[in-house]
Amino acid sequence: MRALPLAAALLLAAPVSAEVYTTGELGVVIERAAGSVLIVSHTRRAALARIEGLGDLSHASVTFSPDQRFAYVFGRDGGLTKIDLTTQTIANRVIQGGNAIGGAISDDGRLVAVSNYEPGGVKVFDADTLELVADIPMESKTVGLADVPGSRFIVSTWDSGQAWLLDHSADPANPEITVFENVGANPYDALVTGDGRTYIVGLFGEKGLTAIDLWADDPQPVRFLPDYGKDEPDLPVYKMPHLQGWTLAGDSFALPAVGLHQLLWVDAATLTESGRTDLHGQPVFALARPDQREIWVNFAPPDNDTVQVIDTMTHEVIQTLTPGPGVLHMEFTPRGREVWLSVRDENRIEIRDTRTYEVIGEVEAQAPSGIFFTDRAYRLGL
Amino acid sequence: MARALLILPFLAGGAMAAAGPMVTPERQAALEHMVTQDCGSCHGLTMRGGLGTPITPADLAGRDPDGLAEIILDGIPGTAMPPWRPLLTEAEARWIADWLMTVKEDRP
Repeated sequence: MRALPLAAALLLAAPVSAEVYTTGELGVVIERAAGSVLIVSHTRRAALARIEGLGDLSHASVTFSPDQRFAYVFGRDGGLTKIDLTTQTIANRVIQGGNAIGGAISDDGRLVAVSNYEPGGVKVFDADTLELVADIPMESKTVGLADVPGSRFIVSTWDSGQAWLLDHSADPANPEITVFENVGANPYDALVTGDGRTYIVGLFGEKGLTAIDLWADDPQPVRFLPDYGKDEPDLPVYKMPHLQGWTLAGDSFALPAVGLHQLLWVDAATLTESGRTDLHGQPVFALARPDQREIWVNFAPPDNDTVQVIDTMTHEVIQTLTPGPGVLHMEFTPRGREVWLSVRDENRIEIRDTRTYEVIGEVEAQAPSGIFFTDRAYRLGL
Repeated sequence: MARALLILPFLAGGAMAAAGPMVTPERQAALEHMVTQDCGSCHGLTMRGGLGTPITPADLAGRDPDGLAEIILDGIPGTAMPPWRPLLTEAEARWIADWLMTVKEDRP
């Protein structure tokens, strides 16, 4: 007990360090094959530290505590790692399942949910201690897990085509569960819109998408774009598209088609198609720049050396960039002036100015995939 | 040792051997990379499964490598397994099948 005040006194007495890092400048980059992550600073365009020993990080994702101090890394092998960005150390780590695919944090920052393929379902943990709070088996691989306001989570089931809404507000250990049937065949990913209102599910097993209005008194799944691509032969999908990060751009949604080399534009008010843009390949991520004026798209193999930029107003491709082989992910700086692109096969992250499209920086990384900046801590559905 | 064994199916004059030229070492390296990274997107970097089924040597034990090569080339309709024929020759698909069944055994 006596050591603590002493340490505090020493800290106070120490001269202010020349280097002050604030959590708002930080991010985490997944080095998927190496099982490590980099802590980076987007204002310094630099890596600050490497944290190792996180297991199989293919398809790993990251979510942040509300104060941006902690990053929760969800690994493919079921590892859940809590990283303290201020001390650049692992604060806690548990193996929570056999085969995980993503996670989310509740709006109050108290619960971390993990979506599992094996065993299929969702496990919910105390965000502070990583102790298991609730285990919700669903007898299916689960995808598209997102937080919903009010200590809730929502997730879709790949095998059974359902969506499950988990309400942890009354009793975190025993969530009130609402199951939506007939969401569609093989949901591959889903998202909650930035206002927390609509859950949108992409379908692999059939054409179309499904929306659930979570503001409704009695929410129901509603199918939209049921026929897109019906008359065109399906092209092989060498990597599943992602919906998370898909955002409203102007009055339309822009979303990656499945089995078509196209971007689909959807009127946000009516959920009807308002246009299409032909693309270079099978889109994976279609991300609106934070000002929403442009959509940046990357592609599945064998076209994953390329990124295209589409004008939100004209729906036309205005830039075709080739950062290099294996562009797996893109992350905008919080106000969108710069974008970080992971170039997996060249072991580097490329930083571009989103106005000039020029390369303005580079960060070395081992086979980088996902890039996650801490401003995600302040956004719903991430 | 394992690498030498891989050549055998082609030398043995199986049905696939006539389908195309030998897979060059450069191409083998590219295929290995592709399997780990791109197949790994669904099957896991360690091939222990994900959206796709586990395809470690233990999981594939007893399978007919020609049958596996066929799945690689033509996919499995009705599932997320796509046909890789546009990107691979038959010899390359067979090389991948053999590689999955053997070489990866000594991986972590």
